[in-house]
Amino acid sequence: MSEVKTIATREGYGAALVELGKEHQDIVVLDADLAAATKTGVFAKAFPGRHFNCGIAEQNMMGAAAGLAAMGLVPFASSFAMFAVGRAFEQIRNSIGYPRLNVKIGASHGGISVGEDGASHQCCEDFALMRSIPGMVVLCPADEVEARAVVKAAYQYQGPVYMRFGRLAVPVFHDEADYKFEIGKGEVLREGSDLAILATGLEVAEAMKAAETLAAGGVQARVLNLCSIKPLDTGLVLKAARECGRVVTCEEHSVIGGLGEAVCAAIAEAGVACKVKRVGVQDEFGRSGPAKELLARFGLDAAGIAAACRELLEQ
Amino acid sequence: MTRQEQLELKKIACRVRMGVLTSTHAAKAGHPGGSLSAAEALTYLYFKEMRLDPADPKWDGRDRFVLSKGHAAPALYAALALRGYFPVEDLATLRHTDSYLQGHPSMNLVPGVDMSTGSLGQGVSAACGMALGAKYKGQDLRVYTLLGDGELQEGEVWEAAMFAAHYKLDDLCLLADLNGLQIDGPVARVMDPAPVDEKFRAFGFFVQVIDGHSFEALEAAFAAARAEKGRPSAILLKTTKGKGVSYMENQVGWHGKAPGDAEYEQGMAELTAALKELEGETV
Repeated sequence: MSEVKTIATREGYGAALVELGKEHQDIVVLDADLAAATKTGVFAKAFPGRHFNCGIAEQNMMGAAAGLAAMGLVPFASSFAMFAVGRAFEQIRNSIGYPRLNVKIGASHGGISVGEDGASHQCCEDFALMRSIPGMVVLCPADEVEARAVVKAAYQYQGPVYMRFGRLAVPVFHDEADYKFEIGKGEVLREGSDLAILATGLEVAEAMKAAETLAAGGVQARVLNLCSIKPLDTGLVLKAARECGRVVTCEEHSVIGGLGEAVCAAIAEAGVACKVKRVGVQDEFGRSGPAKELLARFGLDAAGIAAACRELLEQ
Repeated sequence: MTRQEQLELKKIACRVRMGVLTSTHAAKAGHPGGSLSAAEALTYLYFKEMRLDPADPKWDGRDRFVLSKGHAAPALYAALALRGYFPVEDLATLRHTDSYLQGHPSMNLVPGVDMSTGSLGQGVSAACGMALGAKYKGQDLRVYTLLGDGELQEGEVWEAAMFAAHYKLDDLCLLADLNGLQIDGPVARVMDPAPVDEKFRAFGFFVQVIDGHSFEALEAAFAAARAEKGRPSAILLKTTKGKGVSYMENQVGWHGKAPGDAEYEQGMAELTAALKELEGETV
């Protein structure tokens, strides 16, 4: 890990769309005037006749995506997470989720690492909103390699899928040659049994750094990458809860309704005795600032995660 | 259209109305008013205008219909049943717990339904996506969608209208059932969308305003819409809410209320008499 590349997961989204688009004529892409930022612009450049800008009209974009899917096409509809699932939640629920249409929602700019644009653009509610729709798959890749794998898995899957990508460049730690992603499967990145850190998205790399810090102090933390937030890899989560007895969940999302609560529900319903601490955005809005400073301020960086782990170990 | 054909369509529209009363009465719920105002439009679409195959509801080459005003499901179901998609007797199971006839259309449960709708403003976007999809795939088919006039208050309708004109969706034919009433009262008093014709024209549509209960007017308007190239069509239907059932006509209270037993009997008697009269007509 001496020279680690950093690339935003949204870059992987655009690149994967182009790769898939070459092979599959049924892929079309919709955007709402953010193609340069969501990275669907690279698809538009490669396949101009297959990219439809909907203008700043996310509700109609989701409905049009539903109609395209009803015609047997595989539309990828994109905007910032806030506007894709916040603005158009009900269209996704009623026109995509309820009829179970084969629409893939690719949302960029999830979480507070949006940075300077501030709270209005920092969506920390998308997991909660999308998890609550019956049949919706919710994925949040941790790095660019996983992002591309996620887009391909979403295309292969028949049914609605929500994918959250980030704006901030983050370390690429997966090896493309041997990385396999499967919807509903998590990944153990580091073994340990003193406690387990269950992370998703850019928090995975932060969790790995936190684990290294903890190891220096003699604490062996297991680290899980839970890109598939729904369906959750319950088997892997419960195994960690049973074997470690302490779990810290990490997500760049509200602690309400996201990965942390999904993990808590799985552990509680299985009757596993396990202490849990949820690292995430507490019941508050984000704010403007450079992404890395915000991650630190909200306790979402490696130091914040390590501190939460120590607190849990002392309980 | 021959006079004989027109007479047949009038009879079918009368049976669609009977289906609306039968189903909402049996459900003890539903939306008869805006179903009755759309009876002629749906009859014309399913018995004359659209290319479809009731034996193969998912036939890829069929024309599509999206009931954007999903609460008019009783009229859509009656038209589908009469067209042979499912047994007419099933209409009496509307909104029952074990029935496939959901309160608002479900494309995965009801044969012949092309899009799940019910939340206003959304069906028209799906219809736009279908028309764009057909164009992308090079399929020669038309997409129809029916909206209510209260529904025109939804912002999404105008997002969709912009989209339809921008992508020159000339195979999209939007129908608006201008029956003038919505739940809280006259549309003009709740939140007036007028002038609807000028609005759609300004958004880039080929607009026609017609008597929505006249089959002759429907025939002419659909033909003109089909001939129009390079822009989408809007056919604005001037209609009467509750049409065909005397005590429901122009009464806002019948938007979302089912007829009770006595009301059902009276309404069916009126429609039966109307049907008998049509059957006695010679051409």
